[in-house]
Amino acid sequence: MFEIVDKKVLNSSVTSLTIKAPFIAKKAKAGQFLIVKADETGERIPLTISDFDSSAGTVTIVIQAVGFTTKKLVRMNCGDYLADVAGPLGLPTEFGNPKKAIIIGGGVGCAIAYPQAKTLHNMGVDVTVIAGFRSKDIVILEDEMKKVSNNLYITTDDGSYGEKGLVTDVLKCLLNKGGYDLVIAIGPVIMMKFVALTTKPYSVKTIVSLNPIMIDGTGMCGGCRVNVGGETKFACVDGPDFDGHLVDFDELMRRNMLFREEEAHACRLEENSNG
Amino acid sequence: MADMTPQKTKMPEQEPQIRNKNFEEVALGYTKEMAIKEAGRCLNCKNKPCVSGCPVNVRIPDFIACVAKGDFEEAYNIITTTNALPAVCGRVCPQENQCEGKCVRGIKGESVGIGRLERFVADYHREHGKAIEVNIKPNGKKVAVVGAGPAGLTCAGDLARKGYDVTVFEAFHTAGGVLIYGIPEFRLPKSVVAAEVENLKNLGVKIMTDMVIGKVLTINELIDMGFDAVFVGSGAGLPAFMGIEGENALGVYSANEILTRINLMKAYKSEYDTPIKVMKKVAIIGGGNVAMDAARCAKRLGADVYVIYRRSENEMPARREEVHHAKEEGINFKFLTNPTRILSDENFYVTGIECVNMQLGEPDESGRRKPEKIDGSEHILDVDSVIMALGTGPNPLILKTATDISTNKRGCIIVNEDMQTSKENVYAGGDSVSGAATVISAMGAGKRAATAIDNKIKMSK
Repeated sequence: MFEIVDKKVLNSSVTSLTIKAPFIAKKAKAGQFLIVKADETGERIPLTISDFDSSAGTVTIVIQAVGFTTKKLVRMNCGDYLADVAGPLGLPTEFGNPKKAIIIGGGVGCAIAYPQAKTLHNMGVDVTVIAGFRSKDIVILEDEMKKVSNNLYITTDDGSYGEKGLVTDVLKCLLNKGGYDLVIAIGPVIMMKFVALTTKPYSVKTIVSLNPIMIDGTGMCGGCRVNVGGETKFACVDGPDFDGHLVDFDELMRRNMLFREEEAHACRLEENSNG
Repeated sequence: MADMTPQKTKMPEQEPQIRNKNFEEVALGYTKEMAIKEAGRCLNCKNKPCVSGCPVNVRIPDFIACVAKGDFEEAYNIITTTNALPAVCGRVCPQENQCEGKCVRGIKGESVGIGRLERFVADYHREHGKAIEVNIKPNGKKVAVVGAGPAGLTCAGDLARKGYDVTVFEAFHTAGGVLIYGIPEFRLPKSVVAAEVENLKNLGVKIMTDMVIGKVLTINELIDMGFDAVFVGSGAGLPAFMGIEGENALGVYSANEILTRINLMKAYKSEYDTPIKVMKKVAIIGGGNVAMDAARCAKRLGADVYVIYRRSENEMPARREEVHHAKEEGINFKFLTNPTRILSDENFYVTGIECVNMQLGEPDESGRRKPEKIDGSEHILDVDSVIMALGTGPNPLILKTATDISTNKRGCIIVNEDMQTSKENVYAGGDSVSGAATVISAMGAGKRAATAIDNKIKMSK
């Protein structure tokens, strides 16, 4: 059993939970993920580690309530216990030795992009963060991201805050100025796809963090297989980070749709039981 | 004088057309009377060929003699001196290749139903027996076991009985390994596995779940934590795919994924959250026990099921009883057939599988006749799901952070006759050493490792 020791509501659908998990906290590195099972009858879902504190023995995950289990998780409170938390799984992000990096977060992906920016910032890298949201009301972690970057650009689809447009619009302007040697993109698959397409002509190393369906997170089920450079990889053990220029994003988007109907069904059940 | 009836006492079973719609156990087990009758068929041979056929050398004629007398508790005591998981073995061992394969009664007629009797004794004890008093003297030595599957649990049990302080580290949230995630409820009820795990806890074995060794702790860190020896029984969890066109389409799964969703996560029960896709017509690729388990699970979820196997029925590695049960339940078999391509619609959902017919050529390195493609025999089977049950390889996760443990080219850990790896005080056994094999051979390996660990630690005192 793993105690929730802190809970922060970041916006109407995004919540961060900090969990007591001393063994995991000691080993966690940026880019790795946890498998979380809320209760006895719960499903196992992968969630990227957004922060960790080895001395306090805690790890933090940020959850967007979109499906049955994520809605269950955000209803939990400080002092509640998660039945199971396993990790840290996957390979840590391999940053290399960049000089000037662009970190792109899309929506809830900013919660994962933030520790990446923080790590690079602490390494002395010149960090620019581009954070994209639908609208002003769901902007998260603005102050935190400001602290760990040399420049922060916020974009909104509707122009209600920051620059109106997509993260790729800002990205293109920056790449045209030149000097960047690393781009990390974390967010919706469609965003990562277009980031990779944007950086490709500039030949800038582009890392994406993938989030396919998985059960065990240790290489056993093969549900998370993704096509990278024509080869099948298991995101849980070979990733979750991959070279964005090699990932077949279209296949990943289709594979992530697999349980959409079952998920919709589970949501209806939940709404019914809530009256 | 032994009962010379040539056939085994029949095991009561659920009717095929009823059981193929539920997940309850198929074989219902002997009654006392049936067990005593079957035990009467044992000749109590002097040279005991059955015992030599058992990877953990259960004293078979001795326990059967107790069953014949109606002394079921004594029979249990005899079995458990060498076998820590009798209720499991009685259900899932391939007895026809082991103890029963060597039984003298099998020469003219059917062998004694050793597996059925073992199961009866274990079940009788679980339902009626008293908890066995444990009187273990701790020896102050600590052993870590990685993986709570058949190899690890056996090793842990044997060492605990010898006085060791044993901690088992399990990556999943439930102990049992393949007994929990792989073998379905209708073949091995999970309550049976849980009871065997409880027996080990009563011996003082500690089980830590959610601990992915290789990630959260390395083997070296376990040694630094004060464990005098480490046993690695991490199994063969890495599923193989064919590498054919369309394999990443929606509706193509590894058998591991389907079985884990059903067995570990209980996706077939409405009160559990894990989803499973409705499958109307499914092709299972492979001919082993895992293929049979996946096929019978899919059938129970309401699908029309085809098992596609590239060799003929004679070469199938699955236990005979599983194939027989599968056929009774209405599973269709397409032998000498091999998939070449998976077809899908514009949304990437599986619509069919293209196969070719095969014929058997000369024997290959496995001794089985090699299947060869018949040109021009391509044909399409309409299915909406494909489950790959092609075998599994050892899970490389632990070894990535323990590079001083040597492996062969198939990724299997190399051990000597004492199950010791290339790293001092680290032992290994089960599927992580042999590649995918049987529950009982993994248990045999766990047992040998426990003996070797005990000898080594005693010597170094």
